[in-house]
Amino acid sequence: MRSMLNAVDGAVLAADAAPNPWFDLSYVTDNRESILRLLGEHVRLTVGAVVLGALIALPLAVLARRSRWLAGPVLVSSTLIYTIPSLAMFAFVAPVTGLTTTTVLIGLVLYSLVILVRNFLAGLQAVPAEVREAARGMGYGPTRLFWQVDLPLSLPAFMAGIRVATVSTVALVTVGVIVGHGGLGQLITGGFAANFYRAQIVTGALGCVLLALFADLLLSGIERLLTPWARGVRA
Amino acid sequence: MGTGGAGVNRLGDALRYLNDPFNWTRRDGILDLLVEHLRISALAVLAAMVVAVPVGMLLGHTGRGGGFTVALSNVSRAVPTLALLTVFAVTPIGFGPTATTIALAVFAVPPMLTNTYVGFRGVDRDVVEASRAMGFSERQVATRVELPLAMPLLMTGVRTAAVQVVATATLAALVAGGGLGRIITLGFRQQDYGAVVAGAILVAALAVLTEVALVAVSWALTPGQKRLPFLTARRASPVPEPTAAGVPL
Repeated sequence: MRSMLNAVDGAVLAADAAPNPWFDLSYVTDNRESILRLLGEHVRLTVGAVVLGALIALPLAVLARRSRWLAGPVLVSSTLIYTIPSLAMFAFVAPVTGLTTTTVLIGLVLYSLVILVRNFLAGLQAVPAEVREAARGMGYGPTRLFWQVDLPLSLPAFMAGIRVATVSTVALVTVGVIVGHGGLGQLITGGFAANFYRAQIVTGALGCVLLALFADLLLSGIERLLTPWARGVRA
Repeated sequence: MGTGGAGVNRLGDALRYLNDPFNWTRRDGILDLLVEHLRISALAVLAAMVVAVPVGMLLGHTGRGGGFTVALSNVSRAVPTLALLTVFAVTPIGFGPTATTIALAVFAVPPMLTNTYVGFRGVDRDVVEASRAMGFSERQVATRVELPLAMPLLMTGVRTAAVQVVATATLAALVAGGGLGRIITLGFRQQDYGAVVAGAILVAALAVLTEVALVAVSWALTPGQKRLPFLTARRASPVPEPTAAGVPL
């Protein structure tokens, strides 16, 4: 009698403790296609946001350096944008552009823009005035001065900004789940909705962190290639 | 909302939503959610302070663990808040306010830790030597000399963390948590863009107000020469986007 009861108990227990591992390789291989599709979306959104942000930030930083009264508003509004929570940002944009990747992209561009403007401006302002003076004395025009003096000298600050912007954009893409385009974030909320399926949640989370670290390494490699003169000093 | 009709209508809907007293006072209305939002945020900031400030003081006083704090703040940037909010919810803690608070506290630790550390390291070594020579014990050096001098930076860390916590507490709504983010997620689910924009206005206003209030508080508390923070902000040259430590990634 007792052994029968025990057997029943055991069966109930086994059903309750359905396996919910933290990581499951078979989940990754079984869902390779959808994971890769989401990863692709994540990468496209990140690259798009940082590239567009940089293209807008550079002229803004150049203008802001030229006039002091422009630098103030640029910095104040960038602080303001940075204070707005990401969910609110996407919610502001969504009524205009709908549930599309464009909504996510616009929000992300604004954030990366804010980081990049500050770093670009700091880099440009750190170029020694004597160096620019000397270049002008040697007959450099404004365009050549910018490309051959300002840009190389502020390149480390630029790259630092791009690295910070990239890493934080990778993390921010996940909030795009609010409009259904959150890249790997879809896995996180998807797993949460699928009865707290841990393997899916952890795959999404781990994917984001690894992507961010990979992007940072890649950018630091590019920085080394672009600034060969800095390598000699360090070695 | 430059694209004419649709955008303006949504704004009108949002204002109508905000203007309806019932939306504020009903159960799970704006006021209830606001109280929940602030309670979770305050608990998270306090919990993070209890952990981060003593550890930062210890590391800063002894001068050890600088690489660790910088690495911690850099890695924390790469971890999506959404991931941590979800991961804590699927542990035995279960999903609810506790999991949200813990996840937010974890994110609040790095800025406080790095700023406390950097503040302590930034204290003039001569002053520390002088106080030792006057017979201060190590504990007295840390609490009576280094702490007051590091206070402005420590407060900056707390402020950064607090604003970040109030902002990211919104994300809890994405994984069925509470707080003002609920208005936005509910609005999306019901295709009610008026509510979505209204929620966004509330959340953004709360974040900006928190920032302004904390700037005012730390300005009032900081001893020494007082300059209006908004005036100096205009004059100051841009600070590169801080990785809390002021060390670019």
